Amino acid sequence: MSFAIIAVFTVAGALAAMTLRNLVHCVLALVVAFTGLAGLYLQLGAQFVGFAQILVYVGAVAILIVFAMLLTQSHEPLAHLTVAPGWVTSSLVAVAVFVILAWSIRSSAVGARSIQPRPEITVRNIGDSLMSQFVVPLEVTGLLLTAALVGAVTIAMREQRMNR
Amino acid sequence: MTETMDQIFVLLKHRILAHSPVSVQPIFSAALSAIAILVVFATLFALTTILERKGLGRFQNRYGPNRVGPFGLLQPLADGLKSLTKEDIVPHSADGVVHMLAPIVLVVAAFLGYAVLPLGRNMTAINLDAGLLYFFAASSVVELAIFMAGWSSRNKYSLLGAMRAIAQMISYEVPLILSTITAVMAAGSLSTGAIVESQTGYSGIWPHWFVFTPWGFAGFVLFMIAGIAESNRSPFDLPEGESEIIAGYFVEYSGFKFALFFLGEYIGMFAICGLAITLFLGGWAAPFSFLTWAPSYFWFFAKLLVLIAMLIWVRATLPRLRMDQLMNFAWKFMLPMALINLFAASTWHFTPPGAIRWIVGTILIAVPYLLLGRGLMQSNKLEKRTYRFAD
Amino acid sequence: MLGEGILKGLAETARNFFGSFVSKERLTTVQFPEERLPQPEAARNFPFLVYDGDDSQAGLRCVACQICEKECPPKCIFIQKSSDKKPDYIGKQQFYPAVFNIDVSVCMSCQICVEVCPFDAIEMDNAFELSTTDRFRGLLWSREQLAKPNSYFHNIHPATAAEVDERLAEAKARAEAKAKPTVAASTTSQPDSQTTTS
Ligand code: SF4
Ligand code: SF4
Repeated sequence: MSFAIIAVFTVAGALAAMTLRNLVHCVLALVVAFTGLAGLYLQLGAQFVGFAQILVYVGAVAILIVFAMLLTQSHEPLAHLTVAPGWVTSSLVAVAVFVILAWSIRSSAVGARSIQPRPEITVRNIGDSLMSQFVVPLEVTGLLLTAALVGAVTIAMREQRMNR
Repeated sequence: MTETMDQIFVLLKHRILAHSPVSVQPIFSAALSAIAILVVFATLFALTTILERKGLGRFQNRYGPNRVGPFGLLQPLADGLKSLTKEDIVPHSADGVVHMLAPIVLVVAAFLGYAVLPLGRNMTAINLDAGLLYFFAASSVVELAIFMAGWSSRNKYSLLGAMRAIAQMISYEVPLILSTITAVMAAGSLSTGAIVESQTGYSGIWPHWFVFTPWGFAGFVLFMIAGIAESNRSPFDLPEGESEIIAGYFVEYSGFKFALFFLGEYIGMFAICGLAITLFLGGWAAPFSFLTWAPSYFWFFAKLLVLIAMLIWVRATLPRLRMDQLMNFAWKFMLPMALINLFAASTWHFTPPGAIRWIVGTILIAVPYLLLGRGLMQSNKLEKRTYRFAD
Repeated sequence: MLGEGILKGLAETARNFFGSFVSKERLTTVQFPEERLPQPEAARNFPFLVYDGDDSQAGLRCVACQICEKECPPKCIFIQKSSDKKPDYIGKQQFYPAVFNIDVSVCMSCQICVEVCPFDAIEMDNAFELSTTDRFRGLLWSREQLAKPNSYFHNIHPATAAEVDERLAEAKARAEAKAKPTVAASTTSQPDSQTTTS
C-alpha cells in the first residue's frame, strides 16, 4: 500500500520533470521524484541511503541544476511542446537499456537466490564495513574529494589575487 | 519524585497511548510528539520575538516594545493578529503555486529536524540510528524552499536574495557538518540520543560535555558560526539585507505567508541551537552533578535560551558582512579550521588521557588558528581611504 | 589576533545592555504620550485664527480679505465673506468671514498665510495631534475650531505675539490720533477684492 503511494508519487514526479515546460518547474518535479526515491529506500529499511539521498540529491544536486540553469539561460518557457529531433532513437535506447537491465537481473543469481532473512542494516554496520571491507575505495574517494575541495579553494584564491 | 518529574511528559504520553487501540498507536504516538513540538516551539518563537526586540532595544539603549500588555509582553499576540488579518498579496507575474508552496515547505522542513532532537531524557520524538544525517537532510530542504520563494516571486531582489542565501548555505554547510563529525567520532554514533548519552557522566562535579575539550570547544564555536550563517541570521543576513536588496527572498510575501517565513527562520535557528546543545553542550544533562535533581527537559530549554540570548547578543554587536567577506571567511577560515579540528579530535582520541593530551590538543588548534587569523588579517589590511573629489 | 575585535564589540554591547538597566541617562527615548519634550518656540504646524476679547467669533481679527486664500500654495483655505460689517479692533467697519475653512490634510504648514495676512489675524499653532477617525469632515476645520484667543498665542509664541501686539497697539494709537474722519473712507477698497475670487 505505502509502496504504491510512494511509487505513484515518484513516477508522477519523474513524468512531470520530463513534460513540464518551465525548467524550474521541471527541477522541482525532479525533487519530488528524488524525495519519492528516498521514501522507497526508507521503506526498505535503508535509513542511511534514504537520508543521504535527500541530503545529496535534494540538498545539493537539485540546487546545482538550478544554479546551472539560472546562470546559463534566461529564456521564457516555450509556448508549445517541443520534441527533441532524435526522440525516436533516444527512446529506443532507453527501452533497450531497460530491457537489458531487466533481463540481466532476471537471469542473474540474485533473482534465483532464495530470500534470506534480511540482516538488520544499521548505520553502525555500514560504518564498520566501510572501514574494513571497503576501506580502500572509501579512502580513495575521500582523498579525491578533499583534493577537489582544496583545489577549488586554491583556484578561487588565485583568481582573486589576479584581480587585484 | 524527581524521577517522575523528569519523566512526566513521557509518562503522560504513555497514559494517553494506553487508551488508544494498538493498531494506531505508532501513528498516534508520532502525532502526539509532533503536536507537543509544534506547540512548544511555536510558543518559544513568540517569546523569542519579544525577548529579542526588547533585548536589542537594551543593547542600543532603548526600551524596546513596551506598549502592548504588561511590559509589552503581549506584543507577539498583536503581531500575530496583525499578520493574520493583513492582505495576502501575490504579485501579478508570480508563479502562483510555487509562490504559495515555498513558505509551507520552509516551515515543514524547519520543523522536521526536531524529530531527532533529544529534548529530555527519553524525550526524542523518533530515535533514529542515523539521526544526525536525518537532521541535515531535513535542513537541506530549506535551501530549496528559499530558492522556490526567491524564484517564484519574479522579482530581481528576491532572486538575488535567494541566490545569496543558497550560496551562503551551501558554503557554510561544509564546515557545519565537518564540525559535527568531531562529536560523532567521540560518541561513535550518528544517533543524537547516543551522542547525548556519551556526555552524561561527571568527573567530580564537572560534566563530560564535549565543549570542555579543546576540539569540542573549537568545534562548538565553528558549529555556532556556521549555524548562524545557515539560519541566515545577523551578521550573516545578507540574503535579506534591507539596505541593498530590500528583504531578499521574501520581498513579495505579505501577511500570513510572511509570518510563516519569519517562523521558519526562527524555528531553524532553534533547531541549530538545539543540535549544538545535543552535540557539544551535553543535551539534557545537568551542568553539575549536584544539579541532576532538576528535570532533564529543564536543562535542555535553559541551555536553548542561553544560546538564543547569545545569538541576540551577537546580532546586536556585529554589522552585516559583505558577500566576498562571507565567502572568504567560509572557505579560507571555517573550512581549514574544521579540517584541522577534525585532525585534532582524532589525535585526542589516540593519545592517552592526561595533561599531554590537553597540551597537544590545544596546540594543534591554537597554532593554526593564530596563523590563519594572521593570514586573513594581513590580506585585509585597511588603508586610509583617499577621496578624490570631496574636500 | 583574529576575533579580538569581535570580543571587544561584544563587551561594548554588553556594557550598553546592563548600563541601560542601571543608569536612566543612557535611555534617550522619550516615552511620548506620557512624557513630552517642551516644543521649541519656533515650532509650527497648522494655522489658527486669533481673536481678541472673550467672544471667539465676534472677536476674530480676520476681515475676510481673502489674501491668504489666494496665496495658500495648496489652496486649502476657503473663505466666504459676510454680507454685513462689524467694527474691528480700531473701530473701523470691516467685513468678517462668514465661512472660514482650512483642510488639515492639505495644509503643508508653510506659514505663507501668516506672512501675507495684513491684519495679523492668522498665526501658526504648534499643536500636532490632529488625527481623527473621520477623514472627511473631521479634517476640515471650520471657523469655530480655528479660533483661538490671543492669550493662547502669547502662550505658544511669546516673542512673536508681543511683537504683533505692539504693532497693533501702534496702529490703533495712530488711528486714534488721526481721530474722527475715518468712517466713510474705510470701505473703498473692499468690493474689488471680492470680484477676483472665484
Ligand atoms: S500654512 Fe501654508 S498651506 Fe497651510 S493654510 Fe497657510 S498658506 Fe495654506
Ligand atoms: S489674510 Fe488675514 S484677514 Fe485676510 S482673509 Fe486671510 S486671515 Fe483673514
